[in-house]
This record gives sequence, structure tokens and C-alpha cells, in this order.
Amino acid sequence: MAYTERLDGRKANGLREMSGKVGVIPNADGSAEFRTGKTWAIAAVYGPREVLPRFMANPKKGFIRCQYTMMPFSGTGERIRPGRSRRAQEIAMVMDKALEPVVDLTAFPNSVVDIFVELPQTDAGTRCAAITAAAMALADAGIPMRDMVCSVSVGTVDGTVVADLTYNEEAFDGHVSDIPVAMTARNKEITLLQMDGHVKKEELKIALEMARDVMSKIFDVQKKALVAKFAEVPQ
Amino acid sequence: MNTAMITFNKNTVLALAKEGKRFDGRKLDEYRGPIEIESSISKSAEGSVKVRIGDTVVIAGVKLSLEKPYPDTPNQGGLMINAELTPLSSSRYEPGPPQMPAIELARVTDRGIRESHVIDTKKLCITKGEKAWFVMVDIVSVNDAGNLFDAAGLAVMAALKDTKFPVVDEEGNVNYKEHTDESLPIAKDTLSITIFRVGGNLLVDPTVEEEDACDTRLTVSSDATGVISAMQKGGEGTMTIDEVMKAVDLALDKANFLRGKLQ
Repeated sequence: MAYTERLDGRKANGLREMSGKVGVIPNADGSAEFRTGKTWAIAAVYGPREVLPRFMANPKKGFIRCQYTMMPFSGTGERIRPGRSRRAQEIAMVMDKALEPVVDLTAFPNSVVDIFVELPQTDAGTRCAAITAAAMALADAGIPMRDMVCSVSVGTVDGTVVADLTYNEEAFDGHVSDIPVAMTARNKEITLLQMDGHVKKEELKIALEMARDVMSKIFDVQKKALVAKFAEVPQ
Repeated sequence: MNTAMITFNKNTVLALAKEGKRFDGRKLDEYRGPIEIESSISKSAEGSVKVRIGDTVVIAGVKLSLEKPYPDTPNQGGLMINAELTPLSSSRYEPGPPQMPAIELARVTDRGIRESHVIDTKKLCITKGEKAWFVMVDIVSVNDAGNLFDAAGLAVMAALKDTKFPVVDEEGNVNYKEHTDESLPIAKDTLSITIFRVGGNLLVDPTVEEEDACDTRLTVSSDATGVISAMQKGGEGTMTIDEVMKAVDLALDKANFLRGKLQ
């Protein structure tokens, strides 16, 4: 039986209800939160600042350094042991790569921009929510950027291509694939692409095109949140 | 290797790549030779191989152990893949706990095998909730001359196929000194192929110099029917959808080529 009706009644390319807000952490140089359905990411940016440990400093330009953490109680199953798992380290690395193409830190040699993302509650799509929030936090911090980065996961559930999968869809009894994608907002260049599960070449193409087409909805949420903060600033 | 050398090589490789050439004279979609798989190289492992692609050599070994299944999958055994980039294999690696490149190599290889259900983990269960076989695969680099990704994927698949269960005595203890004739329940041959973009061109099986010059790579794991089980983009560059689809085509084709080397 094909997966014709989604578990939560959304259309195939329908995203979960999203919201975004910037400036949620006063201590940080820039911060943002992004929610999609039950997945909730909070991002804080500190920097550009001195690189520690110092040997990592690049005298030609600054760099970004992400950290991704699921809070111990945020998963759908057992408690997640604190400390950086191999999964969290890998996600942090792909987040770096997803954001690097738009960030320009040539004016800040020997410095680092730290991006910390914490997830208090999750229902799949965490790395995408983390990237979306991190991009907003970077913009909030005034870091020079060529473009925004938006991210969403697409995938297939029992042969049907859908966007923004939930945990229940990822766990669907049948062939499932999960394809986290991040793209630049204007040129729709892919900066993050991962996939696991079971997918055919033709389905992959449809899924990537769906990701490209829904990306503007995420960009709208980012834009709205940033405008909302900076509209408040007295002239 | 010092940075001046890396920069020199990078510029040379990029200049050649823009003309569609490679400094060792290969075509963009051509592997180095020889590609060799030598099985059962370690008597202490349940399964082991040495894989060579050109000058790149990796060893993979499999150990089996009887463990209590995880609480969320009481009727299944498990699979774990780990990678060590040893200081023995390149001046670029230092002693110490696994760094990011080793973690990524292990996780990308692991996902390809796991997500395509190469091993039926239900068949590894002996007593539900009590006892099941766990398969631990370690990939160790011996000489990193580039393209550890493809070599590691090939080595894991070959090592799993080489694996024989050890003897279990009447009290349920594992006797690792003796092995049965029974192989692991392997359903398919899944291989991961990494496509590198250098100077705007897609190529396979890079040397270290080509890896240094690459701005983007895409790893694609697939089985013989062309179903993709895992992908990962790496590198600082961006890709278009068309480029991704071209890389996927090339990866599926090269997976079939390397599958021919597995017996």
C-alpha cells in the first residue's frame, strides 16, 4: 500500500508549522531560535573572537566552528548521555560546511565565530533546524554573509516523496529515506546533502527539486524574524 | 608534508583539472591499478582483508562477540564500524583519539552498510533479549595515498564476506581459536563510492594531491539494483541539483565496477 496520506495530514510538500525569533540570548553576539513542529533549536553566536586553542588560528581569515547538542531529555527514547557523541561531532562538522560557503571572514584573521546550537525538544530534522537557526543567529550577530542558508529534510516514505519528515515517518514500516538538504536562499546552491535509507535515482531527483521549491518558505520565516527584531531598534 | 608543498601541488592539479587532465595521466573516471583484495590476512580476526587501490592500502578486520541485545531491539544483534587513521599510514595523522576525518570515514561507511541492511541483524539473535551476535568491524589505514573512502567501503564489504562464526561451547562460551564454516547472513553487496569535484570537473579515485585540491565531494552508497542507501556531501563548495545527479550516475556506475572485484 502506497503512502498516499501523511500521518499528520500534511500535503507531500507541506512543511510543519514553523516559527523563528532572533535575539533570544542577550549574552550572545547573535542568537536565534527556530521551531518546526516539535523540533526546536536554539542557536547562539559568539565572535569573531580570539581562537582557543591558539594553534587552530588561521592568519588569512577567520573561521566558523559549530557545536550541536541535543539536550539529554530531548530525544524520543531514552535519556541521551551528555558529552559529544560521534553523531554530534559529525553533525557539527556538516553544519560548518553548510554555513561556510556564505560566511565571509576575510576581515577577521586569527579569529573564530563560535556557533552553539542546543535542542531542548526534537522530532526529526534536528540538523536542518540547527542550520536554519544558526544562519539566523549569524545574521543577527552582523557577521558578513553573501546569502542566507535555509535547510529542510526531504525524503521518501514507501515510495512517496515528502518534505520535512517527522520521527514517525522516519520510523515508518517500509522503505524510507531521509535526505537533509541545505541551500543558499537566492541561488539555491546545495551546501548540505546527506541521505540514509532506501532511495532510487529518480526519487532522489524529485526530492531535491521539492527541497529547492519549499526552501523559500523557510527563508520567509528567517527574514520575518530578523525584520521583526531590527524594526524595533529606535532610529 | 609542509604547506608550501601542498599549495604547489594544489595549483598544479587545478591547472590540469581545468583541461580535464590528471597528473598521473588517468581519465577522470579511471581508477588506479591494481585493485586487489586479499582475504583472511589475520588469523585472530573472524574475518579480515587487505584492500589495495593503487598505492592506497587499508586493512579491515571483523570481531564477533555474544552480547545482550539493546533494549529497543531485543530480537536483533548489532553492527559497529570504526576507523583508525594511523600515524603509520601518513605523516598527516597523529597518535591519539580519532579525529574528525576518522569519525566521518567510519560513520559514512557504517551508514551505507547499515541502511541497506547488508546484514540481517535479526538472524544474529540467539535468545531474545538475552544473547545475540554483535559484529564489530575496524578499518585501519596502512598507506593513505588518497581515496580512503572507496577503499574502506570495499574493505568492510569484503571483510564481512570473509567472516566465519567462532565455535560456541556447551556452556555458551565463545572459543575464538576455532571457527565454524558458517558465514554471516549477508543479503547484498553495498559499496560506497565518493565522487570528487576538482577544478569544476567530477573525478573518481583521487590521489592525496587531488583530495587537497578538491572543493566538494559526494559519497554515494548503493547496491547492485541501483538503490541508494546513504549519501554525504563533504568539502567547502556548493553543488547544483544537476551536479548531484551527474555524481550519482557516476557513483552507481563505479559501484558496479568495484562490485566486480568482490567475489
